[in-house]
Amino acid sequence: MTKKITLPITDEAIQDLKAGDSVLLTGTILTGRDAAHKRLYELLEQGKELPVDLKGELIYYVGPAPAKPGYAVGPAGPTSSYRMDKYAPALMDLGLKGMIGKGARSQAVIDAIVRNHGVYFAAIGGAAALIAKSIKKEELLCYEDLGTEAVRRYTVEDFPCIVAVDAQGNNVYETEPLKYRKKGLI
Amino acid sequence: MEYRTISAGTITAAVKRLFLDCNYYIGGDILAALKNAREQEASPVGRSVLGQILENDAIAAEEQIPLCQDTGMAVLFVEYGDKVCVDGDFEEAVTEGVRQAYRDGYLRKSVVSDPVFDRVNTKDNTPAIIHTKIVSGSTIKITAGGKGFGSENMSAIKMLTPSYGAEGVKQFILDTVFAAGPNPCPPIVVGVGIGGTFERAAQLAKKATFRPVDSENPDPRYAEMERELLTQINMMGFGPAGLGGSTTALGVNIETAPTHIAGMPVAVNICCHAARHASTEI
Repeated sequence: MTKKITLPITDEAIQDLKAGDSVLLTGTILTGRDAAHKRLYELLEQGKELPVDLKGELIYYVGPAPAKPGYAVGPAGPTSSYRMDKYAPALMDLGLKGMIGKGARSQAVIDAIVRNHGVYFAAIGGAAALIAKSIKKEELLCYEDLGTEAVRRYTVEDFPCIVAVDAQGNNVYETEPLKYRKKGLI
Repeated sequence: MEYRTISAGTITAAVKRLFLDCNYYIGGDILAALKNAREQEASPVGRSVLGQILENDAIAAEEQIPLCQDTGMAVLFVEYGDKVCVDGDFEEAVTEGVRQAYRDGYLRKSVVSDPVFDRVNTKDNTPAIIHTKIVSGSTIKITAGGKGFGSENMSAIKMLTPSYGAEGVKQFILDTVFAAGPNPCPPIVVGVGIGGTFERAAQLAKKATFRPVDSENPDPRYAEMERELLTQINMMGFGPAGLGGSTTALGVNIETAPTHIAGMPVAVNICCHAARHASTEI
């Protein structure tokens, strides 16, 4: 069954999500990846205010391709999340409710998800043209000089993803491969 | 000796076309392997993921947009005939083709000028990685691909020594793929380079990812190793998108080269399901 979630995501909605659930997100999400995270983290380390309010938000780890004329956005699939593991716990402790990316997270990130009653969604890596169909609008928020890595606000409708780590810390990347792992592996 | 002259503009146009084609249209070998995997996949989630990948690749081809936002770093293998004379700077002609494809084709510019300190985007996806080999003949053959870094980052090289034998080679390849887990956008294509020197093994591994996924090494012993590794990798359970399943890899391609009496280098270059490459002969 697919769950429809309207953003901003509520604590009740997060409580209801279980690892492995298929979800369609509607509302707005932030974007950011390596370079933007590095800058945000450095500001935090210096005790400075961030140029974007993360409270209650979801951040999508994405660096889109340019949009062709007539398109709201270019192809925009998820990038590997582990590269943001260094930064994610601090951002969650500031109020970020969740992340959308792909691939496994560190234990420190999973702990931060549980501690902050958050969620980590997985989108399908390499399905960029398909995913872009659910992104209706983009707005530049900061770090324009980073090009594809700038922080933007996306307006999404029925953005498809899967609950990869739920608020209880259940992790599909741990549990699901085990179900299909066969004996005799050298 | 007769030389054939090829204009720099012809090279540029051909390279531009290759990068547009490989980013918009997934190869027939990968498409067939994805369709076959959807039939065989044990996990319902895995089948759904493969279905969405196929839908994605159809949208990209239909609308002529990149199938993945990571349109990669441009990698080219060039076989340059020794009877060819290019009227201009060959490398600049290739670079210009890359520049035009990424600029005019709405491909993402993903290259930074300095790896450690500046990390400033070059804004045209150059420079490209160009491997040129001089061969006998009067044509230029180019195989090009956009290499995404989600999978590139999961690659590894090890300087094994002869006593490791075939078992040691297989173990290192499997260890590398296992450590990559869900991260390189499975189902993956595993390119393996064995032999040569440190850098030759890595280059062979990249070349192996460009080989059609339904091809096999002409040496039956390596062909057997490819089949065995594919079976073992698909027993790992990572599955499509790493969400569990029986399709972790679409193929394993091994390329080899003579090596030193003391050595047996093994490089594993992992490529995502968007295994993009295209070839042309000028």
